[in-house]
Amino acid sequence: MIKHLKSAADLDAATATLILDTAGEMAALAGREVKKLPTLRGRTVVNLFYEDSTRTRISFEAAAKRLSADVINFSAKGSSVSKGESLKDTALTLQAMGADAVVIRHPASGAPHRLASWVDGSVINAGDGTHEHPTQALLDAYTMRSRLGKIEGLKVAIVGDVLHSRVARSNVLLLTTLGAHVTVVGPPTLIPLDVAAALAPGIKVTYDLDSVLADSDVVMMLRVQTERMQDSYFPSAREYSRRYGLDAPRMRKLPEHAIVMHPGPMNRGMEIAPEVADSSRSTIVEQVANGVSARMAVLYLLLGGKA
Amino acid sequence: MAPPRADTETVPGKVILSGSDLHRVVDRIAHQILEKTSGATGTVLLGIPTRGVPLAHRLAARIHAFEGIDIPVGALDITLYRDDLRLHATRALGRTEIPGDGLDGRRVILVDDVLFSGRTVRAALDALSDVGRPSSVQLAVLVDRGHRELPIRADYVGKNIPTALSEKVRVSLAETDDGVDEVKLYGDAA
Amino acid sequence: MTSYLLKGVSVLGGSPTDLLIKDGVIASGAGKADETIDATGLVALPGLVDLHTHLREPGREDAETVETGSRAAALGGYTAVFAMANTSPVADTAGVVEQVWRLGREAGLVDVQPIGAVTVGLAGKQMAELGAMATSAANVRIFSDDGHCVADPRLMRRALEYVKAFDGIIAQHAEEPRLTEGAQMHEGEVSTRLGLTGWPAVAEEAIIARDVLLAEHVGSRLHVCHVSTAGSVEVLRQAKARGVRVTAEVTPHHLLLTDELAASYDPVYKVNPPLRTAKDVEALRQALIEGVIDIVATDHAPHAVEDKECEWAYARPGMVGLETALPVVLSVLGEQWELIAERMSRAPARIAGLTGHGTDLSPGSPANLTLVDPAARRVVDPAELASRSRNTPYAGTTLPGRIVATFLRGEPTVLDGKAVK
Repeated sequence: MIKHLKSAADLDAATATLILDTAGEMAALAGREVKKLPTLRGRTVVNLFYEDSTRTRISFEAAAKRLSADVINFSAKGSSVSKGESLKDTALTLQAMGADAVVIRHPASGAPHRLASWVDGSVINAGDGTHEHPTQALLDAYTMRSRLGKIEGLKVAIVGDVLHSRVARSNVLLLTTLGAHVTVVGPPTLIPLDVAAALAPGIKVTYDLDSVLADSDVVMMLRVQTERMQDSYFPSAREYSRRYGLDAPRMRKLPEHAIVMHPGPMNRGMEIAPEVADSSRSTIVEQVANGVSARMAVLYLLLGGKA
Repeated sequence: MAPPRADTETVPGKVILSGSDLHRVVDRIAHQILEKTSGATGTVLLGIPTRGVPLAHRLAARIHAFEGIDIPVGALDITLYRDDLRLHATRALGRTEIPGDGLDGRRVILVDDVLFSGRTVRAALDALSDVGRPSSVQLAVLVDRGHRELPIRADYVGKNIPTALSEKVRVSLAETDDGVDEVKLYGDAA
Repeated sequence: MTSYLLKGVSVLGGSPTDLLIKDGVIASGAGKADETIDATGLVALPGLVDLHTHLREPGREDAETVETGSRAAALGGYTAVFAMANTSPVADTAGVVEQVWRLGREAGLVDVQPIGAVTVGLAGKQMAELGAMATSAANVRIFSDDGHCVADPRLMRRALEYVKAFDGIIAQHAEEPRLTEGAQMHEGEVSTRLGLTGWPAVAEEAIIARDVLLAEHVGSRLHVCHVSTAGSVEVLRQAKARGVRVTAEVTPHHLLLTDELAASYDPVYKVNPPLRTAKDVEALRQALIEGVIDIVATDHAPHAVEDKECEWAYARPGMVGLETALPVVLSVLGEQWELIAERMSRAPARIAGLTGHGTDLSPGSPANLTLVDPAARRVVDPAELASRSRNTPYAGTTLPGRIVATFLRGEPTVLDGKAVK
């Protein structure tokens, strides 16, 4: 078993499938009256969050607690982190506390890789800068598999700001590892020039959302930050929404079985119309629930055995 | 799918139960269950993965053959309740399947292949208490090889096999082990 | 003054001979000396000259001082280094450049020649007092805002013109700032994979293209710092073919390392301009051999531990290089001593107008030279560096060549591979 989860590229198909299968078992257990399992009793999981992300932090916290791990939340606010303590010094503190795993969310790409060189415990990337968010990809894959029965052969369109999206990077890597056919869609300014060569040679790139809808099993909408307008990535929210937003007429072009995903938080009316977000195709609420199961699976597989 | 087994296949083992012995033993346990539970009413069989699950199904099938009654069969994975997780590489989880009507107020018979230290059964009892509240819990095993580390005993035992601690007992079942039914004893590697 | 006889030395790879150093110069013929050094198997090179060194003093003496940097330089075979202006305060006045020059004299290990800032505070707005720096005791001839690009084309044109009055030269850090906002590494496949903001090659090439046209237009000399891309090489090749008076440097690290190293996210590999692709490395090597790129310059950039042991995005760019430059160049070019002497000693001295360095080791020349053992191999250990900083990208790498001795005007600064002071 791998020691850290820094990138979706750390997972080969067998390991990724094992995580999804384990997440399935965890999800089944979540329906019971007693949700808590004794599995990680005596283990310490630190949530080290340098960015506000209540949803991801709570998801990891719930996952760790359901497995009976001791959870320490170490957030940038109200700690030495905001007083300018270096990541390395913080790492040494966590090391001294005997953290078995550190879940890190950080605005700088690669911060989990640095952390892993300074602590003995497992490092789990909960989103680093514009790099990756591997547990999001796992919960997305889990959601696709539960809705559509499989991942191999699925046609997945990932739409929006691929350039700045850690969700997109991790999903492209994981989904191609699991045999899905991925197309990235967005304005050319927000698609890295050599995205296929960089991430997965098999993926397709298109700048035309309408051209892929009829042949997609999954449409994954990425959050688009309106600040990108100031940097001339696109002219206006209105133009973006017209060209790359998923609205009801576009949703009607999707095959009957197709699902719509969004990692949240959504900009309703920007990349996704409210009637799409709230439709039966939308898996947005499921994704949140599945997040806990996927993260339980990751914690169990990283911490549930001999270190 | 059964997890791969280490080392033993190349070392010849001593057959303790042949395929036909094994079938007779299962029949006997099925009869004992019927006898001891007054016809197995209100009873649920829960197999402990991996080989406890097919055993539980075989027992249910034999009980059906003898008396024409259907008893619910399920599976109870105990991996997440083990007390030795840190001693081994991470284990893949088995399936837990609780029959539709649940366990509350019922007689649960846990089914496993080998009873050894008793730690698996201890974990199963913990797991069971998180799933429901049975009126009573019994234990059926194919083989009891002794060396208990906890105050646990089986209600139904297919065969008692005195063993040395260094020896290994391997149960093969057709469902999980390429169609082979047998129980073998392996000496220590020396 | 102690005289030295270098017995059996190979000058620039030639047959073994004896070289007598007396009264600060190379003496004619052999003869008696106070000290004899068995130089069998050692190669003598004119003392190396680095046109691009960051000594950090004044301001960041925790990272490097003129003295520690001078010692690192001498150990690397250098007899002259040009200290970049991005100190604190910035070397944009006669006072600061004279201070650095004086500190260099006091250290006495290499000739420290200050580079003056082009603009006040390196802010790119107002020209610094270039003439005052030129006529100061430091005798500044090279001006650079290195670390920053002189991005304003009108200001760049004026600076190129203005320094003609005292035969100065502008050394441009070619980086279009609008194309590199937030940039962390070379823009390409690796940056996309790592989610680090890209520094596109065109940001360098566009400035070089503009500046060679400006230099051509006003008839001035231009020097391009740390060329890093294949495209820049093409721009320079064309400009030189047209007769533009442009010279260019490449760093040892851009001749050896590629952007793949960023995959570790270890900021020891973060540098500006960034490490590029293998294709760029190949083009730079070829350009150096052909002379499209004139010189190797270290861009020695010491940084304190806390500026490197952190997240990639928060780390300062730069690598120490003085003590590993010659070994890296040897590993890239092989034992082409004539070429190495040209690219690392003679041409940089010529570009800077620095007399007394980069001269042939012939009788009467100033005895600025270094002795190299080409057969030696060394595993780079950051802890052994004389520089005050440890940010070498070569830790654990085995490099060829060992600097055995360095002489500055006949005085040894390094003997037996150790600094004499």
